[in-house]
Amino acid sequence: MWLRSTMAYRASFVMTTVGHFAVTVLDFVAILLMFSRVDALAGYTLPEVAFLYGLSSVSFGLADLAIGSMDRLGQRVRDGTLDTLLVRPAPVLAQVAGDRFALRRLGRVTQGVLVLGYALAVLDVHWTAGKVLLVPMTVVSGTVIFCAVFVAGGAFQFVAQDAVEVQNAFTFGGATLLQYPPTVFAKELVRGVTYVLPLAFVNWLPAAHVLGRPYPLALPQWTAFVSPLVAAACCALAGLAWRAGLRAYRSTGS
Amino acid sequence: MWQAALCTHYASALGSTVLGGRDVGALRLYAAVAAGGFRRYATYRVATAAGVFTNTVFGVILVHTYLALWDARPHLGGYDQAQAVTYVWVGQALLATLAIGGGGVERDLMERIRTGDVAVDLYRPADLQAWWLAADLGRALFQMVGRGLVPLLFGALFFPVALPADPVTWAAFAGTVLSAMVVSFALRYLVALSVFWLLDGMGVAQVAHLVGYFCSGMLLPLNVFPGLLGEVVRLLPWSALLQNPADVLLGHADPLDTYVFQGAWAAALLALGRLLQRAATRRVVVQGG
Repeated sequence: MWLRSTMAYRASFVMTTVGHFAVTVLDFVAILLMFSRVDALAGYTLPEVAFLYGLSSVSFGLADLAIGSMDRLGQRVRDGTLDTLLVRPAPVLAQVAGDRFALRRLGRVTQGVLVLGYALAVLDVHWTAGKVLLVPMTVVSGTVIFCAVFVAGGAFQFVAQDAVEVQNAFTFGGATLLQYPPTVFAKELVRGVTYVLPLAFVNWLPAAHVLGRPYPLALPQWTAFVSPLVAAACCALAGLAWRAGLRAYRSTGS
Repeated sequence: MWQAALCTHYASALGSTVLGGRDVGALRLYAAVAAGGFRRYATYRVATAAGVFTNTVFGVILVHTYLALWDARPHLGGYDQAQAVTYVWVGQALLATLAIGGGGVERDLMERIRTGDVAVDLYRPADLQAWWLAADLGRALFQMVGRGLVPLLFGALFFPVALPADPVTWAAFAGTVLSAMVVSFALRYLVALSVFWLLDGMGVAQVAHLVGYFCSGMLLPLNVFPGLLGEVVRLLPWSALLQNPADVLLGHADPLDTYVFQGAWAAALLALGRLLQRAATRRVVVQGG
């Protein structure tokens, strides 16, 4: 339905999609500007950073496309319109995700795919079957991990309705963080996004295997392949948080 | 809603226009509007705290990337590492203040133009541009105190920063930030006025924010931009927003030259806004309904 309503204004749809594309391109422009002054950033070359960037952007873009409307949940809790969703015979989570489904977010995915394509084309990597398989697996797992973060953020909004920006810090902030090599960041920060909020499994660890780079925190080799398991665990935890949040929901009554 | 709350201030200010001289009354009116803008944004405390958190997280991420960059090229753009780190935190402090990513009072103005409510504003015995400038300055002051200060303090506490010790530099910095607020408003006022002709300002606003983000130095300090591109962006009005105040704070630019640059852009853009406003109110039929 939201798709059809968007398509009613085709010109506006094209403009906002292009706009979304341009906004997300800025991140990569910053990286290009940096590399106009240096040859390597924390030991990583431009194609390698582009590879990390592409993986992060595509995963995050797909998650944002699927479930990014979650950031409107706080407003729904505040003005009481969540009640409408509760009485409908469909899962609330699916309804919230479909609420104002914005196809313009394809702009971010497109941009990520382009950068990833560029990286794959110019990277000097000895491709094995395992590495080739690892790339799509990483994208899917990464998308699922980001979806879990979105859902957990949504659950948090049941408690703190106005605090949608906190969620942004983890979703958009996380995606930005992963666009850069792990060697850029302080060890405590890398530890945090590996053990506490396992964003490192979105791209850092699989990419370390593909690029033949030392693993962050000197983790064992097999950690590059466990992203799907981590994604599943994240989903389970996010699901629990979501249920707890939904159960704690008290309507405003208006 | 917030404008309704202003009515009492507004009425008393108008009263004094009659009683005690026009200028004093006008000044009181705009002070009341600015106070209203401040209070309005101060209402959303949780949202503000969440914004502070987000600015801090992004600051931490940016600081690390900048440190890596300056590690590879020390003294890039004339900054040392501590100055680059300071630049990040000044940027996070001013992002909401100067509405670089959007989100100032121009959103309300655009909505009022779209719905036709602006006709009521035009009837008021107050100047449209000055009214919204006052409201936006109130908002900016709140965002600076409420949203900007904490990330800056956080950065100063946990990262090696290069903040000046003498109060004169800080005073000069405060002056450049105030001028930056005016330039920022003047730019966004132009964006808002475009709605008179376009009816939907989403596209223009998006482009404006994009350009603002890129050209203000929010992405990367403008003195790091390579070659001709760097020279051009440093002359554009957006460099008055973040680059100028940061350079004054870091002792990288002469405050007087900076004031002249910012003042010239503020005057030019406000004048352009005035011209556009006149054209709009003469030619354009306000939306009714």
